[in-house]
Amino acid sequence: MNQIKSKDNFSYAKYGYIFSIPFIIAFLVFNLYPTLFTVLLGFTDSKGLGNITFHILKDDPWKNFRAVLKAPTFILSIKNTFVLWTMNFIPQITLALLLTAWFTSRRNEIRGKGFFKVVFYMPNIITSASVAVLFSTLFGYPKGPVNDLLISLGIRDSAYYFMNSGTATRWIVAFIQFWMWYGYTMLVLISGVLGISPDIYEAAEIDGANDRQIFFRITLPNLRTILTYTLVTSLIGGLSMYDIPKMLNNGNPSNATLTATMFIYNQSFQNSYMYARGAAASMILFLIIAFFSAIVFYLLRERKGERRKRK
Amino acid sequence: MMNKFERRDGNPIKKAFIYFVCIILALLSIWPFYVMAINSTRSTFEVQQQAVALMPSTHLMDNFKVFQGKSFNPGRGFLNSLIVAVGATACTVYFSTLTAYALVAYQWKLRNAMFTFILCVMMIPGQVTAIGFYQFMYRIHMTNNLLALILPAVYAPSAVFFMRQFMIASLPLELLDSARIDGAGEFFTFNRIAMPIMKPAMATQGIFSFVGTWNNLFMPSILLTRDEVKTMPVMVSMLKGDIYKREYGAIYLGLTLTVLPLFVVYFALSKYIIAGIALGGVKG
Repeated sequence: MNQIKSKDNFSYAKYGYIFSIPFIIAFLVFNLYPTLFTVLLGFTDSKGLGNITFHILKDDPWKNFRAVLKAPTFILSIKNTFVLWTMNFIPQITLALLLTAWFTSRRNEIRGKGFFKVVFYMPNIITSASVAVLFSTLFGYPKGPVNDLLISLGIRDSAYYFMNSGTATRWIVAFIQFWMWYGYTMLVLISGVLGISPDIYEAAEIDGANDRQIFFRITLPNLRTILTYTLVTSLIGGLSMYDIPKMLNNGNPSNATLTATMFIYNQSFQNSYMYARGAAASMILFLIIAFFSAIVFYLLRERKGERRKRK
Repeated sequence: MMNKFERRDGNPIKKAFIYFVCIILALLSIWPFYVMAINSTRSTFEVQQQAVALMPSTHLMDNFKVFQGKSFNPGRGFLNSLIVAVGATACTVYFSTLTAYALVAYQWKLRNAMFTFILCVMMIPGQVTAIGFYQFMYRIHMTNNLLALILPAVYAPSAVFFMRQFMIASLPLELLDSARIDGAGEFFTFNRIAMPIMKPAMATQGIFSFVGTWNNLFMPSILLTRDEVKTMPVMVSMLKGDIYKREYGAIYLGLTLTVLPLFVVYFALSKYIIAGIALGGVKG
């Protein structure tokens, strides 16, 4: 009987390959080939709109990579990326954790949780390009809704030129990121808390633990994997940040909100269309991101192992 | 009994504070979009006089007229975005389900290798290979062709991952065996038996794929240089151009038009969207 079954499986195995073909072809054509092509371009002199000829730099293959790593704007863009990410992530994770604690508390039953979840998550689904243009209009100078509000509340006497200040523009970018993502993070964390066995909470309640103790001794340690996962995916998302700083103020003033992806775009698709240099910068960014994805991969494997153990 | 009742009710001051924070956050979510919607009905003069108003005005049509004969063409952008989003979503949902089916329903040698591979490439964002992709598309004359944004959606590793997790939990393999005994072909079994069972997961993945594609700015802004093929997010950048510098009402109206379909989708399907995130594995 067993033999017949394994024979059956053997004859069907080919369908595993057949049904994977479209995915594999799409990967080879639209992902692997462009990736290798980008790597190759990094070692060439490719530049100029509409120019498809290029030469491999045989004498000095690392020229583009050196040029990128020496470019002050590239260093600044990497620095900005991390600064903007930190400015958004710390408040984001703090608020998300706080809301998670409130929304999953067994003592303070909050009404309208469903409504709050829908509203908090809403900004995440709206086109970030439109959101950024909307905010640049909201923070308009000399007339704009935010300035009007500040003046009418008596916080300021005159309008403030937000987009002229590096610090202010950075905070606005970080705020938009925060505002678009804290709802998502909260939903992920809540689903994590709901995955923790209720028995532990009941036992803690019987033992007379208060809300604070339950949060720090039970919820937080059990969320460790999900928290790390959130941190790393957010970091990878932050490293490819483009839409918001680009559409808000085009990386200005004085490149205070220029991100790594914007640097790549500006090198390759503006002014002298230096594809080769953009490709080199892409590869450097790729390596940074691959490093962080390796961490995520490791975490997911660990989670898979845990699940198997539980079974 | 009394004691338990007290406990459930919690601390009223803390509760009031929680509601206060939640209401402030809710207002923060709504206020920018409210200002946008109201100002899209107000004239530039009104917006300049007073940037925030509670009630809509009567200049919606005047603001519409500003767009006439200009490069910001909301109808065209809407259509292009719709073509790309529907096409890409169909590709992602169908082929990701098919690939997940290959991973779940069959025992093949490279199955685990394939799954490991999907986990590895899931996190790599498209931005880092954009230059190679652009050069490739340029050489085969596919820039300014919406297919260049639709066909790559066949490859969606995170969607495959999501589908696989769902399929393991909800597709009984015995059902496939009985279909085989009844003489059904493998492809038929997938389309007629596995797919209907996967409908909830396909719907969830479909929503996220649609929204993600609709919102995409980076690839379209590289590939689409002709005005007729531009999608909504690419057109948004035109609103910041010189023509609209002085037309505040029109800017707000343009923004409203770009995000209106998303609000419709969101409020019609928010229940599924929120549940979809809770299921995990879906990244915006």
